[in-house]
Amino acid sequence: MAEVTMTVNGKSVTKSVKGNTLMTEFLRDELRLTGTHVGCDTSQCGACNIHVNGNLVKACTMFAGEADGAEISTIEGQANADGSLNVIQQAFQDHHGLQCGFCTPGMVMAAASLLKENPKPTEAEVRDYLEGNICRCTGYHNIVKAILAASGQDVSGIAAE
Amino acid sequence: MYSFDMVRPTSVADAVSALGQDEAQALGGGQTLIPTLKQRLAMPSVLVSLSGIDELKGVCREDNGDLSIGGGTTHATVAAEAAAHYPGLASLAGGIGDPAVRNRGTIGGSLANNDPSACYPAAALGSGATIVTNTREIAADDYFQGMFTTALEEGEIITSVRFPVPEAAGYAKFEQPASRFALTAVYVAKYADGVRVAVTGASENGVFRWTEAEQALSSNFSPDAVAGLSVPADGMISDLHGTAAYRAHLVGVMTKRAVAAAS
Repeated sequence: MAEVTMTVNGKSVTKSVKGNTLMTEFLRDELRLTGTHVGCDTSQCGACNIHVNGNLVKACTMFAGEADGAEISTIEGQANADGSLNVIQQAFQDHHGLQCGFCTPGMVMAAASLLKENPKPTEAEVRDYLEGNICRCTGYHNIVKAILAASGQDVSGIAAE
Repeated sequence: MYSFDMVRPTSVADAVSALGQDEAQALGGGQTLIPTLKQRLAMPSVLVSLSGIDELKGVCREDNGDLSIGGGTTHATVAAEAAAHYPGLASLAGGIGDPAVRNRGTIGGSLANNDPSACYPAAALGSGATIVTNTREIAADDYFQGMFTTALEEGEIITSVRFPVPEAAGYAKFEQPASRFALTAVYVAKYADGVRVAVTGASENGVFRWTEAEQALSSNFSPDAVAGLSVPADGMISDLHGTAAYRAHLVGVMTKRAVAAAS
């Protein structure tokens, strides 16, 4: 066991962790932050995406011990201060960017990273960036549309498929 | 996963000393090692995480013009910071895996693992790079010794990789869409004294140089120069994604595309 201290969604957290404790296990089992989903546990699906020091990372493929001293954000930290949905979350709701919702936390975290790096992406750039996120319901179309809308671009010309 | 301890040293010296323990294993970005551990294909007693060692991170131009990249530098950082110095290499780094993988995976980890379908081995061999470790410098031509096999000794750490910057370079990857590894990919780099061509994803012996294409491209750096050349299917990987003959054919196709894309 080793002691780790990190900031999770703005709050400092100190816990003892085993060497083989994954970030997904740390967030979900230790902190009870269950919005970070475990879809595949093989770093394919992106449902466990979080931000580590501002960078998109698959929490199932990082150990909690490696996050010592890091700033972590999860889906639970994405809403506005008053509890309302942020721009990306609202766009997912407005454009039907989710059906079962299992992949959505990872999609929202990926979208936030993309828009930070590239505030006005093209449709092709959005699709390329979502290469590591798998959704089994939507066919991706409305997810892409929601992210383009969240970037402030007009999506009225994009037909629903 | 089996149970193990993890230590996170902050200097190369401390990491080397931690790796001296029985059954110790270095952990780079973990994008291959962690899935391997989950499958119980490795049973280390202690993982020595290299992620806390600042001296292993960064991209810098040396006085002689070479580009030196710290072993612990992520693919995302190489994609961003090498772009102005060595665009062919930056573009290769920006195409590995997906954005989240690129934020964790490191160049040193990729080269130490030497997956036969990984991208970085092609860039290192195709550039005639030098692999710098805590004890010595190894030429890329001597470093890659077959699938998942390298010249590294137990406990040796890649501290940096030094790339001579070519006049032009290009990488063309035929991607296996599920894993995003190369089904076959080719890196070409044109230097004043000749062209180097490195092929990954194709051979059962891992990354290799296609010397016949190097000679043809050294006298005429255009896709047409390799039009009449082919590599034998013997020794190529054959699996459900593609036969040996298919991969051998792809070597020619991807070489042409890499030359056409070179900048």
